[in-house]
Amino acid sequence: MNEDVLKKVQSNPKFKELVHKKTSLGWQLSIVMLAIYYGFILILAFSPSTLGAPLAPGMTMTVGIPVGILIILSAFVLTGLYVRKANGEFDQLNREIVEEAQQ
Amino acid sequence: MTKRTGSLALAALTLFPALAFASGAIEGDVKQQATNWHAIIMFVVFVAFTMGITYWAARRTRSASDFYTAGGGISGFQNGLAIAGDYMSAASFLGISAMVFDKGYDGLIYSMGFLVGWPVILFLVAERLRNLGKYTFADVASYRLQQTPVRSFAATSTLVVVAMYLIAQMVGAGKLIQLLFGMSYSSAVVMVGILMVCYVLFGGMLATTWVQIIKAVLLLCGASFMAFMVLSTVGFSPELMFEKAVAAHAKHAAIMAPGKADPVDSISLGMALMFGTAGLPHILMRFFTVSDAKEARKSVFYATGFIGYFYILTFIIGFGAIMLVLNQPGMMETITKDGKQITQLVGGSNMAAIHLANAVGGDMFLGFISAVAFATILAVVAGLALSGASAVSHDLYASVIKKGKANEADEIRVSKITTVALGVIAIVLGLVFEKQNIAFMVGLAFSIAASANFPVLFLSMFWKGLTTRGAVIGGFIGLATAVVLIVLGPAVWVDVMKHKAALFPYKNPAIFSITLAFVSTWLFSVTDNSKSAAEEKAKFDAQFVRSMTGIGASGASKH
Repeated sequence: MNEDVLKKVQSNPKFKELVHKKTSLGWQLSIVMLAIYYGFILILAFSPSTLGAPLAPGMTMTVGIPVGILIILSAFVLTGLYVRKANGEFDQLNREIVEEAQQ
Repeated sequence: MTKRTGSLALAALTLFPALAFASGAIEGDVKQQATNWHAIIMFVVFVAFTMGITYWAARRTRSASDFYTAGGGISGFQNGLAIAGDYMSAASFLGISAMVFDKGYDGLIYSMGFLVGWPVILFLVAERLRNLGKYTFADVASYRLQQTPVRSFAATSTLVVVAMYLIAQMVGAGKLIQLLFGMSYSSAVVMVGILMVCYVLFGGMLATTWVQIIKAVLLLCGASFMAFMVLSTVGFSPELMFEKAVAAHAKHAAIMAPGKADPVDSISLGMALMFGTAGLPHILMRFFTVSDAKEARKSVFYATGFIGYFYILTFIIGFGAIMLVLNQPGMMETITKDGKQITQLVGGSNMAAIHLANAVGGDMFLGFISAVAFATILAVVAGLALSGASAVSHDLYASVIKKGKANEADEIRVSKITTVALGVIAIVLGLVFEKQNIAFMVGLAFSIAASANFPVLFLSMFWKGLTTRGAVIGGFIGLATAVVLIVLGPAVWVDVMKHKAALFPYKNPAIFSITLAFVSTWLFSVTDNSKSAAEEKAKFDAQFVRSMTGIGASGASKH
């Protein structure tokens, strides 16, 4: 990348917008994932009986089962959210930045 | 159900239960079983088919880019499947279903640990890695730093991780094949080594990718069928499945709730799994096989879906095995271990999924699942060999020794020689370690990946202040801390070296070694006032623009 292109990209307000949007979404979703997982680990470590309680009186299935499945699903949903946003809106913005830099 | 015996097996299960399988939770003497013809025929079909693919791939593999990354021409969907194929090892399949079979709910906890690293890889690593690198993660780590020291570090830690993982897979493969196919341990190890070399040597990344894709599809189909059959026996009512399992299991309702866990160990394990995945060189390498950042993102999305779906299936399979296999006539054996009589599943708990295959699908399906388990090991070791070979040829030979002036034909030649050498080393180590307890090795691989590779890779992409000195010293401190603490911990100090008490109390060092790696990388970077350090910091802006926009990123080669 030559100096000229670099300067053009850096001074482009769209680049600042892209960096801001992409970085904050990436960190927000990472924090959500970490919070879900480590929240689960902490419940596991300090209050395992919460997860071991029956889902409804008389049931064999415990609260922990749907919680576990939901955590697995949440990982999939979060990646889906990010990919949708990044491959749509962010990539569109990115294309404009690249085009404008090469003019 | 009698508790799994032997402190070795137990330590293996508690350290890295799911991974422990391949690394030696099949402990001690495995009885060679009667020759299983269904399995052998299906496996031969798999090998013949993948060899055909290797032949096809060989004709398309000419340049270095073809060899390392299949020319960058793999689609996001294909790469997602291949990542899943690379990641869903025989360890996950047999190990997690065995864990569920033994302990119930706790098995699900480990599945989660293996999965939640993927979203984080997507949000923070995948596209930056794709935009900055070409063939190996060292490309990214050394992007604006000095090539020789950083690549030497990255190649060293790649080779250590690959070696640990490879030994674990080879020993696991030998034992597994003995059990499933009735072959001898040594012939099994030699065969795995030779097939691994063939795929990589002739077909490079293209053949390796397709072996992983095919294996992933077979494994997902097989596991789906098993889970479907299990659920059909209870009229698709999970509640009824759990009721029957609780009635059959010796621990009764306890299998529905989490067991006791030490908070520090739990968090530490979670960190090793999560950040280790983001530091495994053979996994990171897969992101260079797609054409751009967009496809890299898609690959993680599909991989997360497939892997998550697969872990839900293994959970059902584990409970299905409790319901349909445990205490059934012909499925249990009584063996003497450590002077005590114990009743266990024939071949041990790791065979739970295999016996269940027999119970729900008969001999043909048992053969199919056995062949898939073997294919799974082949796909994983091929990916490892390719990653090790690229560390030697691309990082050490082309960048460190030839200072980036190697010609492409020589670089490919070096990687092919390395592949053969790795095959020989893998076979020799597989034979040497047959009787050793190597359960800690995959744990070590994950811990090193999390403590050495991940901090350096992460800081190189996110922190302007990183310097060569910080990266190399911090990386090596992470590597050394992970190794030393595992050796001093219960898995090696007590279980392997037979000391009474561990010098380091935790089974998993990740929380300490990752922290130390980050702190020391930071410290040795900020105190680095050299002229080169200032230049390295100055280059960050250009790197940042490229990592964000992909301007200048290496594209797919044209075919």
